[in-house]
Amino acid sequence: MPNYYIQSYIPILMLLAVVILLAVGMLVASYLLGQHRPTREKLTAYECGITPTGDARHRFSVKFYLVAMLFILFDVEVIFLYPWAVIFKELGIFGFVEMLLFLVIVLAGFAYLWKKGALDWTKADSGGL
Amino acid sequence: MYQALFFLFAASAVGFAINLLIQRHPIHSALSLIGVMGSLASLYLMLGAEFLAVVQVIVYAGAVMVLFVFVIMLLNADKEEPSDRSKMAKYLGLPLLFLLLAMITVVIYRQFPEDAMVQFGDFPGQTAAIGRLLFRDFLLPFEVISILILIAIIGAIVLAKKEP
Repeated sequence: MPNYYIQSYIPILMLLAVVILLAVGMLVASYLLGQHRPTREKLTAYECGITPTGDARHRFSVKFYLVAMLFILFDVEVIFLYPWAVIFKELGIFGFVEMLLFLVIVLAGFAYLWKKGALDWTKADSGGL
Repeated sequence: MYQALFFLFAASAVGFAINLLIQRHPIHSALSLIGVMGSLASLYLMLGAEFLAVVQVIVYAGAVMVLFVFVIMLLNADKEEPSDRSKMAKYLGLPLLFLLLAMITVVIYRQFPEDAMVQFGDFPGQTAAIGRLLFRDFLLPFEVISILILIAIIGAIVLAKKEP
């Protein structure tokens, strides 16, 4: 049993190995094959083809932080769906109602943040946020 | 084969952890922390704790690390200058580390004698067991979690809201 269990994850291990080999391989190949004639223009940071202005390190708006916090909360919510889905058939309609109740309470929070405009990005459409 | 994999992931976890401490820039440390969490997830997966591995990747390496990186961005943390290290940390740090590790080893050996060795993939089907516990035995705490998440959502919005 244990060996069969681990064998079922060998494809993921192979994928991991391919990803690492590909990433390292591309870096090494471009280092070995490419020509190195750095100029001042080439060494500046690439910013969509426009000449970069200012420093990349300035303070970011708290809006980013709000999005990250909300992301964690909904992430934690979604993780509970995983063991629920595994035994969904076993639980039957009772488990379905249970999870529905859970989701409705969390979605009330979603409705609240939608109404508050917490995820609206520009000043015009955010309600005082 | 499995032992080799175990040592590979264990070594990468320790390597990333050491790199985390050595790096001077907070962002590089944060990236190393993702490496530590990924390696730990692989170790959990090898033991058969699939749910724990998924939580480790989705919640820790995903969401919590996003928050860490955003805090670094928000505080505009730059490269750290090494401060004057205390003499205590310099001379006592390493011996105390080894003392701690030795104590942990002794406790583990006392607690788990050799005939109680854990085999790789020893606990399959844990996700269903967790589900049964969560949705049958601990039904009320599970529903209360949703209220906890709701409070956290409202709290986050209220805290981040600008004063008019």
